[in-house]
Amino acid sequence: MAQAVTAGHDHAHDHTPPFFQRWFNSTNHKDIGTLYLLFAFSAGIVGAFLSFGIRMEMEAPGLQYFSNPQTYNVFVTGHGLIMVFFMVMPALIGGFGNWFVPLMIGAPDMAFPRMNNISFWLTVAGFMSLVCSLFVEGAPGATGAGTGWTVYPPLSTAGHPGPAVDFAIFALHLSGAGSILGAINFITTILNMRAPGMTLHKMPLFAWSMLVTAFLLLLSLPVLAGAITMLLTDRNFGTTFFDPAGGGDPILYQHLFWFFGHPEVYIMILPAFGIVSHIISTFSRKPVFGYLAMAYAMVAIGVVGFVVWAHHMYTVGLTLQTQSYFVFATMVIAVPTGVKIFSWIATMWGGSIRFTAAMHWAVGFVFLFTVGGVTGVILANAAVDRYLHDTYYVVAHFHYVLSLGAVFIIFAGVYYWFPKMTGRIIPEWAGKLHFWLAFIGANVLFFPMHFLGLAGMPRRYADYPEAFAGWHWVATMGGHIFALGMVVFVIGVVLAFRSKERAADNPWGEGATTLEWTLSSPPPFHQYETLPVIVDEPSHAH
Amino acid sequence: MTDPRIADPRSRQRQARTTALACLGIVVGMTALAFAFVPLYDLFCKATGFDGTPLRGAAASGPVSQDKMVVHFDTNVAPGLPWRFVAESPQVEAQLGATQTVFFRVTNTGTTPSTGIATFNLQPALTGSYFVKVQCFCFNEQTLKPGETMDFPVVFYVEPGIKADSNTRDLTEMTLSYTYFASKNGQPQAALATPTGTRAN
Repeated sequence: MAQAVTAGHDHAHDHTPPFFQRWFNSTNHKDIGTLYLLFAFSAGIVGAFLSFGIRMEMEAPGLQYFSNPQTYNVFVTGHGLIMVFFMVMPALIGGFGNWFVPLMIGAPDMAFPRMNNISFWLTVAGFMSLVCSLFVEGAPGATGAGTGWTVYPPLSTAGHPGPAVDFAIFALHLSGAGSILGAINFITTILNMRAPGMTLHKMPLFAWSMLVTAFLLLLSLPVLAGAITMLLTDRNFGTTFFDPAGGGDPILYQHLFWFFGHPEVYIMILPAFGIVSHIISTFSRKPVFGYLAMAYAMVAIGVVGFVVWAHHMYTVGLTLQTQSYFVFATMVIAVPTGVKIFSWIATMWGGSIRFTAAMHWAVGFVFLFTVGGVTGVILANAAVDRYLHDTYYVVAHFHYVLSLGAVFIIFAGVYYWFPKMTGRIIPEWAGKLHFWLAFIGANVLFFPMHFLGLAGMPRRYADYPEAFAGWHWVATMGGHIFALGMVVFVIGVVLAFRSKERAADNPWGEGATTLEWTLSSPPPFHQYETLPVIVDEPSHAH
Repeated sequence: MTDPRIADPRSRQRQARTTALACLGIVVGMTALAFAFVPLYDLFCKATGFDGTPLRGAAASGPVSQDKMVVHFDTNVAPGLPWRFVAESPQVEAQLGATQTVFFRVTNTGTTPSTGIATFNLQPALTGSYFVKVQCFCFNEQTLKPGETMDFPVVFYVEPGIKADSNTRDLTEMTLSYTYFASKNGQPQAALATPTGTRAN
């Protein structure tokens, strides 16, 4: 176990195992984190390719590229599932979580290194299953599951007789099992393996965010697993959990799904909250403003996130009282979220700010996430939601918080920690150019979707009336600009590896106070042979 | 390892195992909860009329109100079942609190015997808590020979309380919808009422 590392590896810390052993049977948290990041990048390319198909089709009315609109729905479904389960989650939780939680809390590795390896390969197997589902029959006459990422029955049961939905469900089972094991690992690591003197209230905010995220995973994913297992038996073994023919109720599935689905959106954004706090603090050369409020705001978001699920279901026929409750509870979440936004701004206030590439992305995130949060408060109103339900307004909202929120912080994290992870340096101009292309591209891509939604453009349609053509064309152009930014990113990474320049142990200087910056860049294969001892000083607050 | 705050490795390992087992317990508990939701939700719907589930009860005994409500009847047959299914009248005007009987007629138009099972729902769903069925044919399998016709009574009343609820008091109409499905796994899921069909012809 991990403790053995501290006891008996005095002279072996730079001895790395041979290639296959190191990357396929990996038990080192940094190697597994790297694997997760590479996997998330690869899956992200597949997901981006699917979204490219969506945007190309939506550029003009009529059917240009998809002869069968069901195939378009398959692209939408694949894009959603891949980006949620195989890009954002592996990057933020598996990637940065594995890399930096042990480093930040002063632990030699995760609590269960072998289980960590299983988590990763379960996620990869899940992705394979999802890719398989794209190529087998789903709805009659089309391949793939075109159910949307929510997989509502009866569309996913009676509407998709082919095995594609079974493969998709199996993909969620596998990646869900991987995430649950990962969550157990994070909780055990954070609760038991912090360096001497590091109390929970001195723990860096990224570790806090991962602790809350892990609990959300633990509480919500089993409910999804239960719901999709019922879906599976409804499809294959004649049960009628959600089939009215046998007394089941499809609405029950929606309740179960969103009991998972709403915490899931916080699972995707909380790690980003943690990362952005460190970046803003580092480049403002100030400890995070209101450290304890920041930590407990995340706890509050996690707790309240479990009691707001039916705001996704305002149109299923809830009583006025039930709707009022869910409107109110949903709006309550804006309070801890506001605490975080204002604390980030207060951290920057009066700081000596350096606009590095990572800081560009972090500040861009704060702005864009606020926009997405505001449209979220609008959608939280049951009466307004009657009009906006399942329109492009919703698409714009969740892309502002995910595509421009979580994804911006994935890139922010890459630019912030790339020197630490690899010892190389991505040229600052590449990171900044990438930022501006992504910032402009994503806004041009998603902001017009608000107008489309207000005008009545529904989600998940391959074709639309002429009236919506203008903004759809603009959105597609924004997509091209965003894609161009990705090219700049790849160029930046290639340049970093070709350059002879090496990163210092702490390339960001004074503001970077967390423990990972005390190690070499890249850190040794096994770190903290002597556990760091945290002494009482105010700089902990970051 | 002189620092007193550094715990002994063996006790740390034990602590880690305890934490992991507690986490596992949460996972098992939440999975069980997901499955427990199914009977609980069913029970909840039946007890409260949530989501358009009509209540079942004895004949109306309370006072009869002067208010009236139009009850529409919607009859459907799911694909795969060659049946014709109609209500004796498309709607009735029901006095609140007064028990009413409506007959539904179902005919097998196919050439082989077939088995069907009916489910029901109310729209708007909020009226479910005020629609009380005294007798009905839902959730009972029926097997009809080719060309056979059966009449089923539905005995119900609308609770006068519907006019006191702020969610429903402005409503003047409701729809009772029935769908016949080809029978699945050969067993009714919630057979509370006894078969009450009277054979015609």
